[in-house]
Amino acid sequence: MSSNEAVTKAVAEKGRIQIDDLQVTFGQNGNQVDAVSGVSIHIEPGEFVSIVGPSGCGKSTLLNAVAGFVKPSGGTLLLDGKAIKGPGADRGMVFQQYSLFPWMSVRKNVEFGLKMQRMASGQRESAARTLLGLAGLLAFENHYPDQLSGGMRQRVGIVRALATSPQVLLMDEPFGALDAQTRVVMQEILTNMWQRFRISVLFITHDIDESIFLSDRVYVMTARPGKIKAEIAIPLPRPRLPEMSTSAEFLKIREQLHALIREESLKAMGGELKEGGLSGFGIEVGPEGVGELV
Amino acid sequence: MALGLFSVLLFIGFWYFATKYRWSMYIRFGNIPSPVDVFNEAMTLGKNADFYNNMVVSMRRILLGFGIATFAGVGLGLLIGRYRLMHNLFFPVMEMLRPIPAIAWVPISIMLWPTNESSIVFITFIGSFFPILLNTVEGVFSLDKVLVRAARSLGASEFALLKDVILPGALPHIFTGLAVGMGVAWVSLIAAEMISGQFGIGYFTWEAYSLIQYADIVIGMIVIGVLGLACSGAIRLLGRLVMPWISPNDGRS
Repeated sequence: MSSNEAVTKAVAEKGRIQIDDLQVTFGQNGNQVDAVSGVSIHIEPGEFVSIVGPSGCGKSTLLNAVAGFVKPSGGTLLLDGKAIKGPGADRGMVFQQYSLFPWMSVRKNVEFGLKMQRMASGQRESAARTLLGLAGLLAFENHYPDQLSGGMRQRVGIVRALATSPQVLLMDEPFGALDAQTRVVMQEILTNMWQRFRISVLFITHDIDESIFLSDRVYVMTARPGKIKAEIAIPLPRPRLPEMSTSAEFLKIREQLHALIREESLKAMGGELKEGGLSGFGIEVGPEGVGELV
Repeated sequence: MALGLFSVLLFIGFWYFATKYRWSMYIRFGNIPSPVDVFNEAMTLGKNADFYNNMVVSMRRILLGFGIATFAGVGLGLLIGRYRLMHNLFFPVMEMLRPIPAIAWVPISIMLWPTNESSIVFITFIGSFFPILLNTVEGVFSLDKVLVRAARSLGASEFALLKDVILPGALPHIFTGLAVGMGVAWVSLIAAEMISGQFGIGYFTWEAYSLIQYADIVIGMIVIGVLGLACSGAIRLLGRLVMPWISPNDGRS
């Protein structure tokens, strides 16, 4: 355990993300769409930052750029001072869809990143079991993902992303597909894991309460092209407790964020109405459907 | 179960009486051996080493032709499915050759290959190659792309991606291809053996016709059916062994 703590401490010094004037454009000449435009976000080591915004605003695209799945057309992307060139194990990724390998047991899924680092199988196994134990999943280590509930699958997904001791965790609406109760539980689990590992988190969500409950800071993005509209600090003390969601401070922030996003949603819908209904769909699919680059 | 047994008995009964009374309407049962003839002949053949040799030879051809088709089809299928360049390079040729049934390759195959044996293996290969290839490509295409991204973000190299993610992810489709391919392999093998063979169970069956040993024809047919069934069963068993994550009750029957 002590070596584990040493590792987590070392990690806490790292995980600084600097996004400066980021530009992501999809499509070819004549048919281009700016998905992200002039976005600058700085995340300190160990900080929990969320991005909220209307659907189709490019927040997932932004995350995919940090993950290395999408090539920016302009600006700089730095992780601990080094340019991000492609996907890598220094950034753990948790997806909205279930992304566990269905042919691997829960433990093998968690071991995957370590296997890629050529860790010996015995070491891999004990590392995976330690992590699964922390997440209360040890009893399910030999289950296949299909045998787990949605919430458990996402928990395994988080554990898998943490297994390689990444400097940052990138989360793309990870609880979006879960029911409300599971979601609340997952938020608490995530907070616990984050505090234990002290790594930076970039968290995408469209759920305002979720962003407040989890984050140190929340960025609001505008409708397409995605720009940063506002940056809001969440001064609520930690540990965050479910009761806080009725506190005056929470409600005030919530009000503020709602107003900001409503404005953008209306703008986005207005735009769609003007351009004709179908264009809205095209944009949803376009920027997110970037399988080509993988 | 009881109903199935009934229909089998009905079939054998019909066969028995049709041959016993040499029914001749439009189709003629005059030269067809009766179940009793077949049974007696089987008892004699059972002691004949050459007969077993024919089975061994056919099985060896299947294993070779189908085995090579599996490696080539899965290997090429993974590359074609994964890389656009490979797809653009190979797929048009594959689409062009695919509609030609393996049997149509027989004359060319005899000219192409130095020995009878290799030309028969080639026909077997051709028959099973395309179903395996196309299903593998389909398997790669239908793999959820988020899994590829997940593997990438966990540090997987391109090779590891192919080996640890794309191949296992495509396995359910690959096994569909193997099952279909195995069926076609037998069809192709029997045809090739009948036309150009020496030895083999297809050759045995055709030779029995030429030598007017009609009971042997039926024995050949039965053996072909049993061996084909055993091979398909082996594929299904193998599939269950290598894909333990797919529970048998939601798979194919």
